[in-house]
Amino acid sequence: MRIGIDVGGTNTDAVLMDGARVVSSAKTPTTANVSEGIAKAMRKVIADSGIDSAAIDGVMIGTTHFTNAVVERKRLTPTACIRLGLPATVCLPPMVDWPQDLRDLVGGESHLAHGGHEFDGREISAYQPDEVRDIAVRIRDAGLDAIAISSVFSPVNASFEEQTAEIVREAIPDANITLSSEIGRIGLLERENAAIMNSCLRGLAARTVDGFKAALDELQIRAPFYISQNDGTLMNADFAKEYPVLTFASGPTNSMRGAAFLSGLRDAIVVDVGGTTTDIGVLQHGFPRPAALAVDIGGVRTNFRMPDTYSIGLGGGSLIQSEPLKVGPQSVGYELTSKALVFGGDVLTATDMIVAGGSEVIGDVGAVSGLDADLVAATQARIMEMIAIAVDRMKTSATPVPVIVVGGGSILVTGEIEGASEIIKPEHFPVANAIGAAIAQVGGECDRIFSLAEMNRDDALNQAKAEASERAVNAGAAPESIEIVDVEEVPLAYLPGNATRIMVKAIGDLAGAPPSVSSMNGGN
Amino acid sequence: MRIIDEAVLEDLALGAAVLGTGGGGDPYIGKLMARQAIRDYGPVELYTLDELDDDDLVVPTAMMGAPTVMVEKMPNGDDIVNAFLSVGKYIGAPVKATMSIEAGGLNSVVPIYLAARLGVPMVDCDGMGRAFPELQMVTHTIHGISSTPFAMSDERGNTVLMETISNLWTETFARSVTVNMGAMAMIALYAATAAQLREAAIPGTITLAEEIGKVVRRARLEEDEPVETIRGAVGGFLIFKGKIGDVERRTEAGFAKGDAHIEGIDDYAGQRLQLSFQNEHLAARIDGEFKVTVPDLLAVLDVDTGEPITTEGLRYGFRVAIIAIPCAEKWRTSKGLELVGPGYFGYETDYVPVEERYG
Repeated sequence: MRIGIDVGGTNTDAVLMDGARVVSSAKTPTTANVSEGIAKAMRKVIADSGIDSAAIDGVMIGTTHFTNAVVERKRLTPTACIRLGLPATVCLPPMVDWPQDLRDLVGGESHLAHGGHEFDGREISAYQPDEVRDIAVRIRDAGLDAIAISSVFSPVNASFEEQTAEIVREAIPDANITLSSEIGRIGLLERENAAIMNSCLRGLAARTVDGFKAALDELQIRAPFYISQNDGTLMNADFAKEYPVLTFASGPTNSMRGAAFLSGLRDAIVVDVGGTTTDIGVLQHGFPRPAALAVDIGGVRTNFRMPDTYSIGLGGGSLIQSEPLKVGPQSVGYELTSKALVFGGDVLTATDMIVAGGSEVIGDVGAVSGLDADLVAATQARIMEMIAIAVDRMKTSATPVPVIVVGGGSILVTGEIEGASEIIKPEHFPVANAIGAAIAQVGGECDRIFSLAEMNRDDALNQAKAEASERAVNAGAAPESIEIVDVEEVPLAYLPGNATRIMVKAIGDLAGAPPSVSSMNGGN
Repeated sequence: MRIIDEAVLEDLALGAAVLGTGGGGDPYIGKLMARQAIRDYGPVELYTLDELDDDDLVVPTAMMGAPTVMVEKMPNGDDIVNAFLSVGKYIGAPVKATMSIEAGGLNSVVPIYLAARLGVPMVDCDGMGRAFPELQMVTHTIHGISSTPFAMSDERGNTVLMETISNLWTETFARSVTVNMGAMAMIALYAATAAQLREAAIPGTITLAEEIGKVVRRARLEEDEPVETIRGAVGGFLIFKGKIGDVERRTEAGFAKGDAHIEGIDDYAGQRLQLSFQNEHLAARIDGEFKVTVPDLLAVLDVDTGEPITTEGLRYGFRVAIIAIPCAEKWRTSKGLELVGPGYFGYETDYVPVEERYG
């Protein structure tokens, strides 16, 4: 059995699962000391199920704790950055695009050194070990031990970053080092930003992960525990201490993965209707489709693959205007339960219109009985039209696809959605995030530029797939369970020679874990 | 004379994306470079062509190569300075100012970096009024201004100087040297006097990009008919609103080409627009018939937010408004159309100015 936990800003949710079955679930407030809330939620799901804690095989935790540390500018360790690429990149030194307050906190100490590669693997300049040794000594003398190392085109060749780490360790044996090639993809500033953030979060990560461990010990759970990453896969506790930055945006990913699991679908659109907004995302092979654009975290640009979601201003609390009819984007938000007509308030909301239409019985139905029936019908039609347009925008072809509707505001979906082959409203949605964490697998990625003038396309693709699979195995996947879930090829514009960027993602089941829950669920 | 400071730069980069007609490279790295140089060396003076003396020599600067590489191997900064100074040294006369050769996309802001660093002014004009994929596709070529002396520099300190018999030959040689330099080079070319530029360049395009940027920024905040506001600011015509269906892509001779098929919505329901692109949006056919082609500009905007959509960003399901913008008059001459007309890009149709069909 597995426990999945989602630590959000407001609530900590837990779910106990036996294979594909949800045995028990709990929702508790998130506590200042995250571990206390986790312990409380776990205690509740174990008590409700009546099982022995020895029956638990694994605990999977999704948390926004590290994202919040960056956003709130708290608990960050001063970090130095070494970038290899001279004589290139001088005009934009590390942290150049960071907000000043965050740069001041993290220290802003950066060094440029020779090295780096071209897109085709040639060296930009010869690597100079003595130069790096001098920099390492200066960092040590400045009293820093958190260090991020980046190198131009390190996703193509990481050797200079690795050599630099060795040299730094000679000067600073306990150095906390992050290599950009282990974290990000092409886009030097964004990848380097992520590496610096990772190093400055490691201190917090060690304390937090130890706190999780203590919470498990307290409940006498001996099973290993894992932390969810932004792409919906897991890392083990030691890996999480090393790469806290990989937890960014794991929340929406877990929610979509949970929706996939609850519905049993691997390819579908997920419509998450909340109080103020509706977020639409796409599941491909059971994982969220990633966004193409750069993502800001606390004002810093990174290139993590975040789920590609599209939001519209429609939710249970959306204000309704007649003449002309308008639904949202203004909303009463979390005050729905005091301001909506059915809850004794005086504001006409989308929820009131649904209740007036008779498809749901919520609060005081009498409060909306006098509403104009035509307006009610027109509002419901408008809501469905808004959802249909948003769903269509996220589709990749005109073929109808299944739509999974989740979220507290899912009562707003009252009819058919144009372009949807079916509409599914699964059970247990309130804890979909925690379920998404519980069912997660492990993965690996490859993102490189290949010259198809020198290598044929099949060889390049195979090489990329092999690298992604190897990384998945290194992250803890059982080799026999590895599956390639995503392949993307982008030819480079304005460049002869057929240079093509190939991105591949592989996933597999945790080695030693029970068989994949998603395969037990039968996929689609 | 006006001043380009950080605030102007932000708007300029935003507007340049509209003039980029789907290509020209993301201005982000260029904008960061220019911003850092403005912080380190102070703001840049922007002169109109009329404010220069006839004999003042202007040398445009730009980045050439793959924008995808530039986000990874950023320039040194000395490279663009080397290219710029090499052209001046070769000519043997003092250079008064720099300018943008391409107001659409990344190269609208790259010269600001150089101008701030060297304390030289920039001139409010460019050679395209938009973005185009090749070096010879500038109004300078129409007016017989040579790309020679052409300088291209890498971050190592290498500078390649070229004398060629035509601007097309410069493009041919420069493209392969760019690959040797790591798929990206900083270039300086098309040296000309202010008197020549009053004939040959497209005036006011830096200010135009800034104005468009202001409109886009305000539209983002106010959500008040952004597409219509942008259309007004660029003096363009709304030719279509629709939903993107199939997008076909292919790579030919180093260029990313393709077609997007867009189904009409609202007033355009029942019609079908085929948008053809090669790094930039080049031609639009409605129900099989050419309606807008190069050199007129095609801006593809998100129908709700007015955000410009690049050729790489065209995706099924996006609802877009397509705005056609009249190109500079210089492109409508027989020499201009020979360089960048529909025939050069392989479209078998005569060029008809957009305002003749939609005005």
